[in-house]
Amino acid sequence: MSVVEALEQGTELSDVVVRFAGDSGDGMQLTGNNFTEATAIYGNDLATFPDFPAEIRAPAGATFGVSAFQIYFGSDDVTTAGDDVDVLVVMNPAALITNLKDLVPGGVIIADADAFTDKNLARAGYKVNPLEDGSLDAYRLISIDITQRVVDTVKPFGLTHKFAVRCKNMWTLGLTMWLFDRSRDSAIEGLRTKFASKPDIAEANVAAINAGHAYGETAELPSGVDVYRIPRAVVAPGLYRNTTGSEALAYGIIAGGQLANVPLLFASYPITPASSLLHTLSGQKQFDVVTFQAEDEIAAVCAAIGASFAGSLGVTSSSGPGISLKAEAISLACATELPLLVVNTQRGGPSTGLPTKTEQSDLNQAIFGRHADTTLPVIAAATSVDCFDVAIEAIRIATKYRTPVILLSDGYLANASEPWHVPDVNELVPFPVEFETNPEGFRPANRDPETLARVWAKPGTPGLEHRIGGIEKDYDTGDISYDSDNHQKMTDVRKAKIDNIANDIPLQDIALGTDSGDLAVVGWGSTYGAIHQGVKRARQAGKDVSHIHIRHMWPMPSNLKELLSGYKRILIPEMNTGQLVKIIRAEFLIDAQSMTKISGQPYKIKEIEAEISAQLEALK
Amino acid sequence: MNAPIQKLTAKDYATDQEVRWCPGCGDYAILKAVQKLMPELGVNKENSVFVSGIGCSSRFPYYMNTYGFHTIHGRAPSFATGVKLANPELDVWVVTGDGDGLSIGGNHMVHALRRNVDLNILLFNNEIYGLTKGQYSPTSKVGTRSPSTPDGSVDLPLTPAVFAIGSGARFVARSIDTEMKHLTSVLTSAHQHKGASFVEILQNCPVYNDGIFDSVKDKKQAADTRLVLEHGQPLRFGQDNQKGLRLNVQSLSLEVVTIGEDGITEADIMVHDEGNKVLAQMLAELQGPDFPVPVGVIYQAPAPAYVSDVYSQRIAVREKKGKPDLNALLRTGHTWTVE
Repeated sequence: MSVVEALEQGTELSDVVVRFAGDSGDGMQLTGNNFTEATAIYGNDLATFPDFPAEIRAPAGATFGVSAFQIYFGSDDVTTAGDDVDVLVVMNPAALITNLKDLVPGGVIIADADAFTDKNLARAGYKVNPLEDGSLDAYRLISIDITQRVVDTVKPFGLTHKFAVRCKNMWTLGLTMWLFDRSRDSAIEGLRTKFASKPDIAEANVAAINAGHAYGETAELPSGVDVYRIPRAVVAPGLYRNTTGSEALAYGIIAGGQLANVPLLFASYPITPASSLLHTLSGQKQFDVVTFQAEDEIAAVCAAIGASFAGSLGVTSSSGPGISLKAEAISLACATELPLLVVNTQRGGPSTGLPTKTEQSDLNQAIFGRHADTTLPVIAAATSVDCFDVAIEAIRIATKYRTPVILLSDGYLANASEPWHVPDVNELVPFPVEFETNPEGFRPANRDPETLARVWAKPGTPGLEHRIGGIEKDYDTGDISYDSDNHQKMTDVRKAKIDNIANDIPLQDIALGTDSGDLAVVGWGSTYGAIHQGVKRARQAGKDVSHIHIRHMWPMPSNLKELLSGYKRILIPEMNTGQLVKIIRAEFLIDAQSMTKISGQPYKIKEIEAEISAQLEALK
Repeated sequence: MNAPIQKLTAKDYATDQEVRWCPGCGDYAILKAVQKLMPELGVNKENSVFVSGIGCSSRFPYYMNTYGFHTIHGRAPSFATGVKLANPELDVWVVTGDGDGLSIGGNHMVHALRRNVDLNILLFNNEIYGLTKGQYSPTSKVGTRSPSTPDGSVDLPLTPAVFAIGSGARFVARSIDTEMKHLTSVLTSAHQHKGASFVEILQNCPVYNDGIFDSVKDKKQAADTRLVLEHGQPLRFGQDNQKGLRLNVQSLSLEVVTIGEDGITEADIMVHDEGNKVLAQMLAELQGPDFPVPVGVIYQAPAPAYVSDVYSQRIAVREKKGKPDLNALLRTGHTWTVE
């Protein structure tokens, strides 16, 4: 049911998808973020999906330069950015032609008619202006001369034409806020803070928001277009904020360092979509986090490992291609048994691939992608908020077991925002590191008998001078050893140490459903939201299906095989060609079914729902 | 960290590991010189860290009874940067070679130098790949015959000191493996210098490139083939110290002249000024047989060191932002309360 139908039938809407689309220079991401904030304050649950091109400033009006921001909000728990769009805001013809296919029949289009010039129409591939030829009759079209209205509105502020036109995104925001009964206060406050040194620009933008809002109140709009009120979501009481995955990850890294009681060196090299982590942490120098923008990916991981040797926790971050470059050094950290956190914000590949789009295709790389037998723990974040907890867990494992840990996020999680019930960090359980200080019986090869972790003795400690390195070391003394039996023993102990971590992680739980039955949909990473809603809807329709979401990708939870064996059928949806499914089949001899999507776009709920039906049908 | 300076000897810096370089390798002499120098530097043993990459020279840390990290090929400057960033109080040394530091690791060397990370970088230059059995290196002279260039190498080599100055290094010196006194003096200056110090050590590989520096090392010829640099002293050399370098202002280059010939007097000879970058660049380029090979401190012009600046900036931010409080940070910006 479209929003318009709902309103006409007097039905209360429970959720809505709004998408803002325009040129990459039109400020759609800012508009979306402002609307998101207002929606959070209003009290709806929400999830967002910013989708922008790789080009920073594509030629105006080009289809490949369209930048979009989608928000799904509602009164029930919202875990994805939504499937079909209810309200589409387009700032030019290119934005319309590239996004119309996602709009539901009867959906609302808000278009800036002034941008539908002959030139822009031709550039987008329209022969006739779609706002005027009746081709959009299946939708509720609100075609407004936004640019002209904005220019008139901001005239008193004396802006040049160029700057005046730039306010049109705020005009659109004002109209959209009217449509959904959102408060303009936080957006206005934000503009005044952002342009504190340029009050004319701030006030022009504020005027634009107010004018857009006033337009909604006074203009005659097509039938069915009126203020839509979405009931507030019922959520746990407490303090909330919005967060993207990369923000939550940055804060989780700081928290993890505090809980381990070690300073951090965050060494990284710019790469989309991972750079925001470097940006966030670079602005937090008051914490024990030194940030280092290295000359390349290899230098970044090497500096991080050097820091771990010296008694900090080294953290490095990249995306798939950069992780490939770091592989040799990660193996050195495995050989020397030093702690290291490696964050991979995955993107579409191979090679440069789709740098601004999302994918989950680095699981094989994370688990297997190094020379020799270099097993290491791999952990994956499921949601933007989950990035915080996962970062802490990764640091706990890295410091306790003196091993590199790879943390998998992706482009969707990094940029998507959702409300976060802000945790009290004082309630988190600390896991302080103990550095060796006693020279008595000290050998660099000494291990904790329980965890098998190698001793961590940092330079500067008297009497513990020692050498480590990439050449195989004697099991007892830590000296260079080319002995064949020793190499077998060292390989075995490095593997046993990692395998043993399976006993120190939570048992696999069930995200939704029962511990046995017809079908389990097993996911990992950012597919969480779509799988969760898909399973929920299928269960509401009476289907016997459960959702299991794996966080510890390697080693896997010790009960996972037993748990999966309780279902008649296992379905594994992934945004790759089927990587987890092969691991599950290889490790557990379970005949898991694969579902894949490699389009650079997250799964839609309905895609998961449809596959659940197909799988259950196959059981009959 | 504040323990009193220990009274130690060279022996205290030797490890119990068997040194496994080939007999006659120049690395032995360098190791001995460094072990002897260490107790003189006023640094506690536990605060010294040797970081190396891969190659014959990179085995060095295993033989130094300090903290040591034998890393991966070419990346030692990056590991060392991480060590120094984690603990600025450590005295960090990088040991590398011409292949490790200038071929696979050239990029890291450029950036450690231009960033001016407070590291003592010792580049053992033997103009050959030793550990991989004798292939030509980026410093090998044109025509070097090796397993990978059986008909002679055809690509032009680089000159380490020129590379270092070009990268923005603020301390560039050259010495010779077997000249312990000179080497010790250069390393002492390198250690005193705050910021990245780059020392090229001409090192003989008796197996794959034997005698490549003979003309400079040979005591009988050295007076004519070697120019010993001393700050504030004229650039003179030769058996009777009558030869020197004069600036030809027409060609903007150095030329060899002899005092007493063609009306040349001592006043015509250039005086070495470590702080003069233009002179340093010209000196770094000089090669035999037409010119003597300069040894000593070619260039020294102190500038703020990277890690010190990183920490100063942190202190400034902390003074402004106050005590770190993660709970408060999580609660900044727009928040809302659900009752």
